[in-house]
Amino acid sequence: MTQPPRPREVGQSRPRIDGRDKVTGAARYVDDLNVPGMWHGATVRSPHPAARIDSIDFSRARQADPEVAAITAADLPGPNVVKLIAEDWPILAAEEVHHVGEAVAIVVAPTRERARAAADRVDVTYTEVPGALTLDDALRGDPRVGGQVNVLASSNIDWGDVDQGLADADHIVEGEYETGWQEHIYIEPQGMIAIPQDDGSVEIVGSMQCPYYVQHALAHALSLEPDMVRVRHVATGGGFGGKEDFPDMLGAHAALLARKIKRPVKIVYDRHEDIVATTKRHPSRVRIRTGVAADGRLLAQDIEVVLDGGAYITLSPVVLSRAVIHAAGPYACPNVRIQGRVLATNTVPNGAFRGFGAPQSQFAAERQMDRIGRRLGIDPYTIRERNAYRVGDTTPTGQVLKESVSAIECLQEAETRTRFRERWQQFENARANAPDDGRPVRGLGLSLVWHGSGFTGNGEQRMNSPVTIRLNEAGAVEVRVAATEFGQGTTMVLQQMVADAVGVTAADIVVVNPDTVEVPDSGPTVASRTVMVVGGILVRAGKGLADQLMQFAKSDAASPIDCGPETNELELKAGQLLDESGAVLGSFSDIAAAYVASYGTLDITERFEAMPGIEFDEETYRGAAYSAYGWACDIIELEVDPDTLAVSLTDATLVYDVGKAIHPAMCRGQVEGGTLQALGYGFMEEIKLKDGAYMNDRLATYIIPTIRDTPDMDTVLIENPTPSGAFGAKGVGEIPMDGGAPAVLSAIENATGIVAAGIPATPERLFSDRMAGRVVSNDRAGSAKPAEGGPA
Amino acid sequence: MTGKGGISFSLNGKAVKVDLDPMSRLLDVVREHCELPGSKEGCGEGECGACAVLLDDEPVCSCLVPLIQVRGRTVRTIEDLETGGVLDPIQEAFVEAGGVQCGACTPGILITLRALLDRNPAPNRTEVREALGGNLCRCTGYEGILRSVEALLPGGDES
Amino acid sequence: MTLAYTPSNLDEALQILADHPDTVLVAGCTDLMVVDYAMGRRHDAVLDLLAVPELHGIAVSDDAISIGATTKFREILNHAEVQKNYPMLAEVAGTVGGWQIQNRATIGGNIANASPAGDSLPVLLALGAQVEVRGAAGPRIIPYEAMHLGYRRVDLRPGELITRVRIQKPAANTVQMYKKVGTRAAQAISKVVVGLCATIVDDSVAEIRIGAGSVAATPVRLDRTEARVRGARLEPSLADEAGRIASTEVAPIDDVRSTAEYRSFVLGRVVRRMLLNMISGETGPNSTAGSGS
Repeated sequence: MTQPPRPREVGQSRPRIDGRDKVTGAARYVDDLNVPGMWHGATVRSPHPAARIDSIDFSRARQADPEVAAITAADLPGPNVVKLIAEDWPILAAEEVHHVGEAVAIVVAPTRERARAAADRVDVTYTEVPGALTLDDALRGDPRVGGQVNVLASSNIDWGDVDQGLADADHIVEGEYETGWQEHIYIEPQGMIAIPQDDGSVEIVGSMQCPYYVQHALAHALSLEPDMVRVRHVATGGGFGGKEDFPDMLGAHAALLARKIKRPVKIVYDRHEDIVATTKRHPSRVRIRTGVAADGRLLAQDIEVVLDGGAYITLSPVVLSRAVIHAAGPYACPNVRIQGRVLATNTVPNGAFRGFGAPQSQFAAERQMDRIGRRLGIDPYTIRERNAYRVGDTTPTGQVLKESVSAIECLQEAETRTRFRERWQQFENARANAPDDGRPVRGLGLSLVWHGSGFTGNGEQRMNSPVTIRLNEAGAVEVRVAATEFGQGTTMVLQQMVADAVGVTAADIVVVNPDTVEVPDSGPTVASRTVMVVGGILVRAGKGLADQLMQFAKSDAASPIDCGPETNELELKAGQLLDESGAVLGSFSDIAAAYVASYGTLDITERFEAMPGIEFDEETYRGAAYSAYGWACDIIELEVDPDTLAVSLTDATLVYDVGKAIHPAMCRGQVEGGTLQALGYGFMEEIKLKDGAYMNDRLATYIIPTIRDTPDMDTVLIENPTPSGAFGAKGVGEIPMDGGAPAVLSAIENATGIVAAGIPATPERLFSDRMAGRVVSNDRAGSAKPAEGGPA
Repeated sequence: MTGKGGISFSLNGKAVKVDLDPMSRLLDVVREHCELPGSKEGCGEGECGACAVLLDDEPVCSCLVPLIQVRGRTVRTIEDLETGGVLDPIQEAFVEAGGVQCGACTPGILITLRALLDRNPAPNRTEVREALGGNLCRCTGYEGILRSVEALLPGGDES
Repeated sequence: MTLAYTPSNLDEALQILADHPDTVLVAGCTDLMVVDYAMGRRHDAVLDLLAVPELHGIAVSDDAISIGATTKFREILNHAEVQKNYPMLAEVAGTVGGWQIQNRATIGGNIANASPAGDSLPVLLALGAQVEVRGAAGPRIIPYEAMHLGYRRVDLRPGELITRVRIQKPAANTVQMYKKVGTRAAQAISKVVVGLCATIVDDSVAEIRIGAGSVAATPVRLDRTEARVRGARLEPSLADEAGRIASTEVAPIDDVRSTAEYRSFVLGRVVRRMLLNMISGETGPNSTAGSGS
């Protein structure tokens, strides 16, 4: 990889490009768009978690509204599958349904209201069959596969000799940890418009993260060549992973209806339907058995990860892969065994959600560190400091961490800002002597996490994504990539990075809206890869463009610049061409205009190039799982009402190594927003099911944090650059999802002594945990017995 | 009874007359009929505040206001905050200080903050939290929103 | 198209209701519009109570206040007399949804909607409110205890509507306490809500009324708890016992917001805490909507 250019735009927090449109109401999201002649679609959904479809009858719907048209699985022009990793997720259920809310038929009518009314009048008869409604059911055996355990995916890591490590240990600490579903709650629900074209192609306009995923899935479903499906991104009101996989399904529904009635069709979900139908975060059960030396060093970790995949495979294998690779936490340990499985249940498929498996497995890893600390009488800070990765340590995949390892720095900075150890101990002491005055009790909790940036293993090599930079007719520089803006600031950071790569100002850069006819498939907007990976390729392309223009300026007859034959080194800087002495020879715009006049537009296309020595064996899980890792320490301070066990978060100290903050304000925004989502996951957000159906499918019942539930945040960005990312940057989108939940539970434990078994740690859950005796051991009536089983 | 020929009210300073079902949601009336789609629907049940507008200068969820109840009254939507191409200071602050990310909650939050600032030009964090308790944001963790309001205040903006 | 009546006075409203008994009464619409939209429901005819001037506003007299049925919670929250002499009512008004909901939701609507989780209802029980209703047959006054007949059922006859809520001014030695245990710190639905009004004479509880919400099909008075406390001397053991009685005298249910077990436990803890606070003299506002204080 080439040396990064000296940053001028990078590192500045400029006003967002899309800010003005968003604060004035001028930004147009999919539901704000009306296409002439457009009708509206609606979906008929299964009320049963597992059933055979006996019949689908549209006569009542047609009688009430003769204009209504409908589609079932029998009408599909291509394979009945939303193509992700496996081909098992039907566009419309054909013979059987596997979860409540599964689409059985789609209808279309001139207005949204009429479409919804028509869907309500479709009569579907079912015969219910047994299913696996919960993870417990799934572990007992799934009736759909003859009572066997229905494993959708598995991944294993085996490093060192775990049995020997456990035998050598002074203490064995065992723990089991549970996490629930989480719903994305992007504020803009999912929506798509499909516009059929005269040539048989179709245009899709909508709310999404990955235009090319939608194109590929639709080409497959409609049996069209990919270039017959044009996908155009519009302003998107949040994603968090939820608009990575599901837009393929919604896009297919809209396109099928549009092609049937030969009119544009819009489908926009209301919140209720969005919660009922779209993918969620995988629930998890993680069991850990750790062998620890007397001084607190980890000697062996034996970890079992089970994820609930829901009814179909969707993205589960890659979610599991990330869960497994992060499951031992950011801690050195010579012997590690991690066994991961995803099991099927008759619930909505679980899919992509910020963090992608790592929040689940690291929740367990972090709570296990607290448990080890308690057993050995070591505070949460010290047990982590003793074991955290340093440069030169080796991960369970055998990857030697050569640089940009900031676990200790993050811990120390967080300790400095909060006096964690001293105050944690004060709260421990206060708990023992708390008066019964009804005043809230305080606690501090800490977590330390790592998160691999970009795709796991060889994913980037395999995708071999191209990016294009174009010098356009007007002499401006266009960035052409498929990376989408859904709030995180993609457009802004692409502009900044390319400006510096070329040597112009941000105002000279135009970021082209992702549209499959305009931009190459630079890969999906997921996995915290945009800045680090896409940005890295763009920097090379930008330098290539600059080199070509400088060559032109120096030696072409049409050059407006007279540099003289003795000039060797030219430089483009902030839109000016400079010679070795720094004297201004001319402007970028003059050179660009002269170039375009002589040769026309100029495209520079570059593809991903792996760092030398970064290899991963996907069969054995050996090698460099990621080329760089982000590191973070979260410290949460909170109060608990002793009467109600209601938790109030007061302060969050968030120390994050991001490599390089391209736009520091947006970086903070990612850290703070992700942290609040993680905190909600930890103590508030809960999907409750009854007989396979969500009980809380509304915003009044699926509770997310309000501004009054939110702590004051002290955010610190550490810049420990990685050579594998643009300007040294590492991914920042997902890591803030990892540490919030365990830190909250750690703080609840410090305040109340309750060792919560899982998340969300709602007051109800804390109450039943306390009733069940899940409290720290020295709080139990002076008993000296260890809290956990296993030999001591 | 509903007057013939529709229901009149003032929308962003202009007199409008709308001949729709009197129980139509104000949100649909402004977005679809009056072609002002800045106000967003995030939940349709008054939980998220993305559809907030000012009704006689008081913030309300427009998804829960039937058209009949705005007759003769004044409605202001997000589209009315900017005047003559000049952003309201709170809009400016949101663009500059990290108050906006995906933008879906932003219209409801800004219109509610305008109502707060009209009553209390220098609110502290607690007062901002009180005012915005009915507006959900999923992107910022609210910290960027609080910073944006603080950037408006005397002595703010030193970050 | 829905027929919408916007009567210009109360008599006109009552006449419309008498002539068209199926007309749906609407006020702040914070529940009605939610259900209408979710169910795709349309009404043939509605009557907009917000149009009726007599139903709106707070009238203050020396010994009572009278709150019009369509008075919004925000107006109640900001009213000086309410803040001064009925602080529990001001407090509960501030916990009904966020600012946008408080600007629309009305006290009459909260009563008529009759949700077991309606925040203001236990407070009206504790304050001994009276509900004034009117129909073609004339006015009736209903003591609040008699208002809720069953799950989401109130004592309103066909053609009647709620006109005002009247509350006697509490005696000077009365303490008022309110606690909402909600799903979060704002915009919360209650899991348990308690309003308590007590008159203390010489360290003894001369009179007490405790209203509780979200613990039964209707808001309820905690009769057995009150009976134990009434006339008793204020001491910690009384608080403990009252808490125990409170947690057993109701049979709450598991639902989407909470569990029966937790609700019983918390009801007992909250009642106990209120009595302990009376002993310690910490009887100021201790409301919390959800999280801590």
